[in-house]
Amino acid sequence: MAITVLFFASLADAVGARELSLAHVAGDTVASVRDRLVAAHPQISEFTETLLYAVDEEYAEEDAPVPAGATLALIPPVSGG
Amino acid sequence: MLIRVTPERLDPEEAIAAVRRDESGAVDLFLGVVRNTNKGRAVDHLVYDAYPSMAEKTMGELAEEAMERFDLTDSAVFHRTGRLEIGETSLLVAVSAGHRAATFEAGHWLVNEVKRRVPVWKKEVWADGEEWIEGPESLGMERAPATMRGS
Repeated sequence: MAITVLFFASLADAVGARELSLAHVAGDTVASVRDRLVAAHPQISEFTETLLYAVDEEYAEEDAPVPAGATLALIPPVSGG
Repeated sequence: MLIRVTPERLDPEEAIAAVRRDESGAVDLFLGVVRNTNKGRAVDHLVYDAYPSMAEKTMGELAEEAMERFDLTDSAVFHRTGRLEIGETSLLVAVSAGHRAATFEAGHWLVNEVKRRVPVWKKEVWADGEEWIEGPESLGMERAPATMRGS
């Protein structure tokens, strides 16, 4: 099963997509998936300093596991309100 | 509790009716509205992006925490998405409690937490350009190196 990756706002514009599918690798974490994404889309590296991550709609640290079938959202600094 | 992320207009009357209970002695209503200027620049309109399912989940968790912390009788949090014109309401927070002090405190706390945690983003559109805003109060900016933190 794949991983679904979601992009929003400035990051969606930079990547040119709001959603993409990525092959799952055994032992995947937020950081390992993020590193594969940065390799494929180097423009993401400009965002990583302030990026937060959510796995299946919960904020997650970089060492959190990303299971097969999970949704990983890359979350630039929020500005709602 | 009433939680909603929607491209439709936010209705304060609906929120007030939803949170008022017979035990409520006070209802506090906050509206975040679109301003025609930011940092000295004329704003034409705003566009809001959101991760709707997580935004609703996060708003629900925050409302639940507010209910407990401030002993509220009920709460409602709405956020609008899409294009908003000057003067339109982007964020609505309504809370009720037995007495007014709890409603003021809870409303203030909830608005601050929404701006810190809820995955929603605003883009400012000017006459001659546009830019996605990075919230200075957001969790992401709190973690950023000091040199990256703006106002």
